[in-house]
Amino acid sequence: MKIPYQYSVRNLWNRKLTTVLTVSGMALVVFVFSAVLMLADGLKKTLVSTGSPDNALVLRRSSTSEVMSTIDRYQAGVIATQPEIALGEDGLPILAKELLVLITLNKRGTSKVANVTLRGVDANSWKLRPNVRLIIGRKFRKGANEIVVGKRIAERFEGCALGESIKFGQRRWLVVGIMDAGNTEFSSEVWGDVDQFMQAFRRPVYSGILFRLKSRELFTRVKKRLENDPRLTVIVKTETQYYKEQSELMERFIKIVGMVLTSIFSLGAVIGAMITMYSNVANRVVEIGTLRALGFGKTSVLTAFLLEALLLGLIGGLIGLTASSFLQTITVSTTNWKSFSEVAFRFTLTPRIALSGLAFAAIMGLAGGALPSIRAARLPIVEALHTWE
Amino acid sequence: MDEASAQGPINREEEKDDPLIIVKDLHKSYRRGAQKLTVLTGVNLSIPEAQYVVFIGPSGSGKTTLLNLIAGIDKPDKGKIIIAGVDISTLDESRLSKWRARHVGFIFQFYNLIPVLTAYENVELPLLLTHLSKKERKKHVLAALKVTGILDRAFHFPAQLSGGQQQRVAIARAIVTDPTIIVADEPTGDLDKDSAAQILDLLNYLNRELGKTIVMVTHDPRAAKRARKVYVLDKGILRDQYENDLSWT
Ligand SMILES: Nc1ncnc2c1ncn2[C@@H]1O[C@H](COP(=O)(O)OP(=O)(O)OP(=O)(O)O)[C@@H](O)[C@H]1O
Ligand SMILES: [Mg+2]
Repeated sequence: MKIPYQYSVRNLWNRKLTTVLTVSGMALVVFVFSAVLMLADGLKKTLVSTGSPDNALVLRRSSTSEVMSTIDRYQAGVIATQPEIALGEDGLPILAKELLVLITLNKRGTSKVANVTLRGVDANSWKLRPNVRLIIGRKFRKGANEIVVGKRIAERFEGCALGESIKFGQRRWLVVGIMDAGNTEFSSEVWGDVDQFMQAFRRPVYSGILFRLKSRELFTRVKKRLENDPRLTVIVKTETQYYKEQSELMERFIKIVGMVLTSIFSLGAVIGAMITMYSNVANRVVEIGTLRALGFGKTSVLTAFLLEALLLGLIGGLIGLTASSFLQTITVSTTNWKSFSEVAFRFTLTPRIALSGLAFAAIMGLAGGALPSIRAARLPIVEALHTWE
Repeated sequence: MDEASAQGPINREEEKDDPLIIVKDLHKSYRRGAQKLTVLTGVNLSIPEAQYVVFIGPSGSGKTTLLNLIAGIDKPDKGKIIIAGVDISTLDESRLSKWRARHVGFIFQFYNLIPVLTAYENVELPLLLTHLSKKERKKHVLAALKVTGILDRAFHFPAQLSGGQQQRVAIARAIVTDPTIIVADEPTGDLDKDSAAQILDLLNYLNRELGKTIVMVTHDPRAAKRARKVYVLDKGILRDQYENDLSWT
């Protein structure tokens, strides 16, 4: 049997100040650690759920995003004739030729501006994206200078509320509806008639062609045919894949910066824990000698001190996670680096992140406690008891 | 048994039954940096069961060192320590730990109770190394606390107890496993006269009524008088030994 765990717990409790300081260090690190993962996760979730696996997106070859892609009317015509494209009730292919343009708009209540994605769409665009719902107002009419804005744009940019208007492409556009697409990027877009946008911006070409597949299995076939067609210079991706790639760069960057930050912080926290544990050992040398004299083995002593260090880590971890769970109430926005437009998303504390946070905290505790605990276990009994002089 | 006979007629009776503790030609030195400090130079003695012996002698004469070796918390350079038939000088670290848990009860000058554990939990500690169930442990702990007269403070922490009370808890901890020997290094060294007298009474009681074998080190002549047998150490050897007349107690 081992040294009772109360021994470790009460020792932490008895030295409240050092315990609190050490735990705070751990908590801070776990807070940063989990916040970073939550950020990366939230962003990824937003971007990935934007796409549907039933949709294929055609872009110009070598363009990494819709904004940079161009597809002319002739090419669009060729693409529209593919037999793998699903047909609507009207017997026409469910395919949308879309134009993406970035404009800058003023943020409400500040003097700051940010990029916003304009998407010129046609009637099929709504069909292709069933997760985009009109929540107030109506859809824009074809041929009119009208737009529907995403919920997050309506909230955060000047002139974007229902009934207001904004100016771009030398015209004034009336907001006739607000759409909500949940946690996806469409909630941060402005939609209007693609032909009107092309005229306003004097753009003769589309950005990309989106179509519904008759079935998912047909994707590779249509991809192969289109990419090998000598009349076209295009690349075909599922919509899901496209948005996933979009999120990867940012996700990676956030994770790298976050992990560098976390490593530096955690080094501090581990050293803090080590100092605390060394002083805990130094203060209890006689106690350790006594326990050993009574017959507790080296491993028992080692375990008791490691447990103490582990508890320091875990308590810190729980506090850090609790703090970071409050981040879930905040919506943040950032620029999507692939499309250079604003995306708004939430921090989400998933069970996986919570577990990683706790595991990380436990590792930090154990790392800080390892050397002091080994020292405690190795103390020669007579020297620890200090029976002479 | 050459050594035993060399130590004179007093040991004759002890030879009849096998002594509980036999120390043969014990040598011990410590290294202090480059210097070697010789502490024990050939100590021989044997202690029968239920004996109460005390080591006295000038400071630095090696009393504590000898006691630590008998208690199995230190290793001799040379010689044998045979306790209840086992030569503990040959045991490795982990066997020695287990041996101590079974056979030795410790009483220290500064009580050495664990501050974060209650009196009860302190006394229970050595029992955690046995196979006893929680219920059985409780029985033993309460019995030990009762013998040492500190049952009413079972759930106090050491800091809430006086020195004498703490030493009673420590003695309860030393006897709770019913060890083969009880070793005590200056058990009254930190106590006032009255508390010291009470602790010495308790040790006499343990020895006489419960038949415990006690090996003690002390500076205190009053304490030395309470043991049945006194060994005088000087410069690393046993210089003298005599028996006390305990009829007055
Ligand atoms: N672990 C050790 N390391 C180094 N030197 C030690 C150690 N233990 C004891 N000594 C030295 O060995 C000598 C004998 O020590 P010991 O503690 O046995 O003496 P003692 O008779 O108990 O003395 P006292 O009456 O002062 O307690 C002393 O000089 C002491 O400093
Ligand atoms: Mg001593």
